[in-house]
Amino acid sequence: MQELMKKRAIELLADGTCDRVLGWEKGDFAYDQTPALFHTAEELRASFVYNGFSAANLSKYLVKECRAGGKIAVFLKPCDTYSFNQLLAEHRIKREMIYVIGVACDGKADVEKLKDAGIDGITDIREEGECYVVSTIYGDKTVKKAEALAERCLNCKSRKHMAYDELIGESGEVVPNSGRFDMVEQLEAMTPDERYEFWRGELSRCIRCNACRNVCPACTCEQCIFDNPKSGVAQKAAVNSFEENMFHIIRAFHVAGRCTDCGECSRVCPEHIPLHLLNRKFIKDVNSFYGEYQAGEDPAARPPLGRYEKNDIEPGEAGGNRA
Amino acid sequence: MQRIGVFICHCGTNIAATVDVKAVAEALGREPGVVFSTDYQYMCSESGQTLMRDAIREHKLTGVVVCSCSPRMHEATFRKAAEKEGLNPYMVEIANIREQVSWIHKDIAEATEKAIILGRAAIAKVHLNKPLTAGESPVTKRALVIGGGIAGIQTALDIAEAGFEVDIVEKEPTIGGKMAQIDKTFPTLDCAACILTPKMVDVAQNEKIRIFSYSEVESVKGFVGNFKVAIRKKARYVDEEKCTGCGICTEKCPQKKVPNAFNMGLDTRRAIYIPFAQAVPKVATIDANYCTMMKTGKCGICQKFCGVGAIDYTQKDQIVEREYGAIVAATGFNPMKPTQYDELGYATCEDVVTSLELERLMNAAGPTAGTLLRPSDKKHPHTVVFVQCVGSRCDAENEKGKPYCSKICCMYTAKHAMLIREKYPDTEVYVFYIDVRTPGKNFDEFYRRAVEQYGVHYIKGQVGKVVEENGTLKVQASDLLSGEQLHIDADLVVLATAVEPDKSARSIATMLTASMDTNDFFTEAHAKLRPVESPTAGIFLSGVCQGPKDIPETVSQASAAAAKVIGLLAKDKLTCNPCVAESDEMLCNGCSSCEKVCPYGAITYADKEFRGPNRTTLIRRVASVNAAVCQGCGACTVACPSGAMDLKGFSNRQIMAEVDAICKM
Amino acid sequence: MQDVKEFRPKIVAFCCNWCSYAGADLAGSSRLSYPADVKIIRVPCSCRVNPLFILRAFQRGADGVIMAGCHPGDCHYTSGNYFARRRMTLLFSMLDYLGIERERTRVEWISAAEGAKFSKTMNEFAATIAALGENKRLEDLRCKN
Repeated sequence: MQELMKKRAIELLADGTCDRVLGWEKGDFAYDQTPALFHTAEELRASFVYNGFSAANLSKYLVKECRAGGKIAVFLKPCDTYSFNQLLAEHRIKREMIYVIGVACDGKADVEKLKDAGIDGITDIREEGECYVVSTIYGDKTVKKAEALAERCLNCKSRKHMAYDELIGESGEVVPNSGRFDMVEQLEAMTPDERYEFWRGELSRCIRCNACRNVCPACTCEQCIFDNPKSGVAQKAAVNSFEENMFHIIRAFHVAGRCTDCGECSRVCPEHIPLHLLNRKFIKDVNSFYGEYQAGEDPAARPPLGRYEKNDIEPGEAGGNRA
Repeated sequence: MQRIGVFICHCGTNIAATVDVKAVAEALGREPGVVFSTDYQYMCSESGQTLMRDAIREHKLTGVVVCSCSPRMHEATFRKAAEKEGLNPYMVEIANIREQVSWIHKDIAEATEKAIILGRAAIAKVHLNKPLTAGESPVTKRALVIGGGIAGIQTALDIAEAGFEVDIVEKEPTIGGKMAQIDKTFPTLDCAACILTPKMVDVAQNEKIRIFSYSEVESVKGFVGNFKVAIRKKARYVDEEKCTGCGICTEKCPQKKVPNAFNMGLDTRRAIYIPFAQAVPKVATIDANYCTMMKTGKCGICQKFCGVGAIDYTQKDQIVEREYGAIVAATGFNPMKPTQYDELGYATCEDVVTSLELERLMNAAGPTAGTLLRPSDKKHPHTVVFVQCVGSRCDAENEKGKPYCSKICCMYTAKHAMLIREKYPDTEVYVFYIDVRTPGKNFDEFYRRAVEQYGVHYIKGQVGKVVEENGTLKVQASDLLSGEQLHIDADLVVLATAVEPDKSARSIATMLTASMDTNDFFTEAHAKLRPVESPTAGIFLSGVCQGPKDIPETVSQASAAAAKVIGLLAKDKLTCNPCVAESDEMLCNGCSSCEKVCPYGAITYADKEFRGPNRTTLIRRVASVNAAVCQGCGACTVACPSGAMDLKGFSNRQIMAEVDAICKM
Repeated sequence: MQDVKEFRPKIVAFCCNWCSYAGADLAGSSRLSYPADVKIIRVPCSCRVNPLFILRAFQRGADGVIMAGCHPGDCHYTSGNYFARRRMTLLFSMLDYLGIERERTRVEWISAAEGAKFSKTMNEFAATIAALGENKRLEDLRCKN
């Protein structure tokens, strides 16, 4: 797969389809890959990777690249194409500047799970059927995918590419009952006190590093209100302990109806706060209050907060949370 | 830093009796930025305003906070006064310490504390206020009147008289409304048709007036001075231009069994009809629900007989788009159908009628040619019982009726009683009433004539039951003054049913974004001082759609509404509300979220060049707001995730400053 | 017990200019009282109320926040309250999801003619908040000893 992609990228550079390729390269650690721009065949040959650690959603980087001009080829996994469509819908990227190579994806590994399974000194990863073979400085280790996949991949909502110019590997289908709302439902089933304790436990770890926001493909504001001194909500120091909660609630609200549930926020959180559970709550509520809506599925669809019905549910009735 | 002046109004004792105004002035005087703080007996008075103006000048104030009554009352007054002194009017904010403090709190300490907090919030806001300049928008010099009853007719005539174009949209085939159905008018007893129909002719002949009869308002867009209205001209299957109103079709039509709505269903008409002889426009209309041709495709008799070829069975509804500067609601009323009162027998006894039905039974052009005959056996009634307040003045709990007094029933019942006694002296007339209300010029005299001169039996009491027995109506009632139970054998019972706003009013109000009260009467901008204006700019109220009223009152209000419309149309430009949305291009993502929630289509996007890093330029899609179209609701500001979109006068920071001030305490 | 200071809740009420603020004026001119704990902020329309303002109020120590607007269908700006309704529905559901008492937030549609409803609503809401007591949850959500 990786070699096929590399070969194709080199061809696209050569035939002038694009002048640069957005892909992944190894970071400081094998499992810590970073998005990268490749301008030449040499660069691609030297450092392009695609394997079970190529988790990053590259669509967000297109916002900046579209401003730089030229033509960009980008590799997008199925879930990334939802973000891509959403960015198109919001005029953040220009379709004609982008050549999308859809790549098949069977899920990506969660390195924390590997580490928890006692796998250290990781140097590489490859897929073999239902297993990952992880190369380490201590030799190869085999682990079942089901035990190593990231949560978002275990609950994958769709293996279907929503947009592409060409495909490498096959596009799958939308997963009808992905189980991605199971945890939200579990929380809803708790008492308010239990929910409160749960979130207190999670959100109290926030160090406000902004990684969730910076990686989020829906957070592409020219300037985030939380960084803008003129907005009145950017504080040099937190007013009080509620500051971070406000940040997370408002961030979730700002992406409500726009979040494609790509799961990048939780992936990059250094404190492992399950931030996706905030976004999924909004997605679930939107589905149940206003009808099924998947951001990024159809760039022409009207977002749920940009439309209304005269008989919409009243805020007082929205006690969707069973206590 | 602003230099803020604070003025605490006593409002006589309205505020000062419950709020320690000196303490408020002193506390607010210590707030940062406040350089002057005082209290005064009546800030809105000439001398109060002078006090404020002097302070603005002497203390070089850049901002003003007036702690007084609701800003809905005097914000404009104080802003104007500030402007006269060279201070931008939008640097003035009001803290409402009357409606929100002194009038609802009794404890002085508590009220004073709250007044101080509201004052602080206003000061916090003023610190962030910026001078705002109002833009201008043009005025379309044409008015729309919705409803062609006497209210709409009078309004239209007055506006046309001033030289402006007026359109009347009337849902019925003719203008005239309820007044056209009435026989005589109180307290002069002159014939309604004799005074109405000349006005209808005036309307028809006035070059400035265009009548859209058999038409309804489909949609309303825009705002004061610039409304765009779609009018649905319902298919009447007769070419209005060709029809001469000769009426031959209405005589030849073989379908004779159509209930005649103009006569309250007391007789029948043809499927093709002209509602009444003096209809304007005098054009036939085919009732598609009854027309044999429309239903079966076989007949075509009217077409055969029409000398001018006006009949067109294929006619379709037509949508006409028109532009207006002002809109007048004159949607009128209907008497309530008292079918829910089983005990009064309206649904079961033919000889229990409503007052409007009686009008038709007494009208020379009505089903009985003016001879009072009861519907069941067409005989002269010898005993007539009138029941007042049917569906009016009911308890709020009583779901059957309306809480309000319908106002006109006492007088028209006196008129009916008098007319019956005059024409048929052998007829006994009883009127059962709760109160007889006769405030009006010559009204009480009129009522007393009914009692004293005409011998009408007025009985304070309620009718409990009306049952028919062998052609007689057994009326059971109580005489509240004597405490006796009465049993009257009547030939005719007349119910003075409540006045109800026309059913179409609610949807029209929604289209106009004009507010209504719980009874579906249009709400006026101010109950006392702005009774003919809706709170929505450019929308005016004429006639019963605003509340029950008789003909002279309706006509006065209609003329008043016309005067307001003329005042608006006489302007070439309107000053826009400067509190509109504005987008900061540097922050705008161009994501279109704001555009999707804008009800006015005020937001457009353009690709603009910006300076990028390292002397590059980059093109970004950014939003801009058309200030003349934006009405300042602020929907876009919340849709905008980046905070690029903000509302002048109610900015994010201003509102948060108020929040902070209130929560600080 | 004598020296325990009586809890006075802080309640912020966002009222739209055209209906609910006018309803508050009518409550005032009809002398229909409600607790002084309720402080009104005038906004042009309920759709001007940013969830940020509500969270800000809680952050700065409010114990309850209520938003009042025109009845659905009667918005002065045609559709503002419909959008506001969706936003608040989602926000309130989220606050509930975080375990914050949902009684602390409320939306009511109050027309200019409903002074009595305004007063009744504010009385009820103030009583609810007083019964709930001080809002510690939002502030404490993050500080886990």
